[in-house]
Amino acid sequence: MGDLNEFSFKYRLFLKTYPWRRVDPVPWTPLRKHLKDSRLVLVSSAGIVTSNQKPFDRTIRGGDPSIREIRSDIDVSTLTETHRSDAFDHSGIQQDPNLAFPLERLRELSEDGRIGSLNHRHLSVMGSITAPGRLIKKTIPLVVPKLVEDIVDVALLIPV
Amino acid sequence: MCNQTVCLVAAELERQGISTVVIQLLRQVTEKVRPPRALVVPFRHGYPLDSPNNPQKQRAVLLAALNLFEDQKLTPPAIVDFK
Repeated sequence: MGDLNEFSFKYRLFLKTYPWRRVDPVPWTPLRKHLKDSRLVLVSSAGIVTSNQKPFDRTIRGGDPSIREIRSDIDVSTLTETHRSDAFDHSGIQQDPNLAFPLERLRELSEDGRIGSLNHRHLSVMGSITAPGRLIKKTIPLVVPKLVEDIVDVALLIPV
Repeated sequence: MCNQTVCLVAAELERQGISTVVIQLLRQVTEKVRPPRALVVPFRHGYPLDSPNNPQKQRAVLLAALNLFEDQKLTPPAIVDFK
C-alpha cells in the first residue's frame, strides 16, 4: 500500500530507473487569508472528462499533455475517467468519481464554512505523462494565468 | 507518474502566488520531485481518497490536506504523512 510493491515488476523497474523531475528551488506561497475566506480550485490527474469533452488521448507517446476545464456545478455522476494507465485498479473511480475528483465533498466543506468558496472551474489532466516537457512548457503556462485571473487562493491537487 | 504530474502543476501555481497542497501516493517519488506541500496517504493507486462511496473517509483525507495550508510550522518541501 502506497509503495512500489503494489506494482508489477515491469512498472517497479520503470519507476526505479525513471529520471524524476526535481522542483528546485521549491516555491512557497503562504496562505494569504483564512481558509474560510479562500477560493479553492481542484486539480485532478485522473483523466476526468465531461460527457461533451474528448477523452484523453492514450496514443500520444510520453503522455497526453492537454488539460480539461470542469465546471464547478457539474453533476459528478456524469464524469468519466479516461486515464490510460493499466498499473492501477480503475474500478473505484468508475464507481465514484469523488474518489479522485471530490467535487461533492468540497461542496460540502464549502457549505460547512471550512473553505470560502470553490472556483467556477476546475482542472483535469491525465497524469500518465512520462515526458512532461510539453506539460511544463505549453499546457501549464496557458492555464495557470486563468486561475490567477479567477483570483484563486488555494489549489488542491490529487493524483490517481 | 500521476504523483509527479500534480507536483509539477503545483510548483507553477505556487510560483504564481497560489498556495497548494498535493496528495501523494508514493513517498519515494514525492521526496525526489519535492512539491511545496504534500500529504502522503497510505492508499493504493487508484484510491487517493481511500474508498469509493464513503463520504466520511473521503472527507477525512480532504480535511487533513486542508490543514496543511494553515500549518505555519511547515517549511518547503513539506511532506506530511496522513494518519
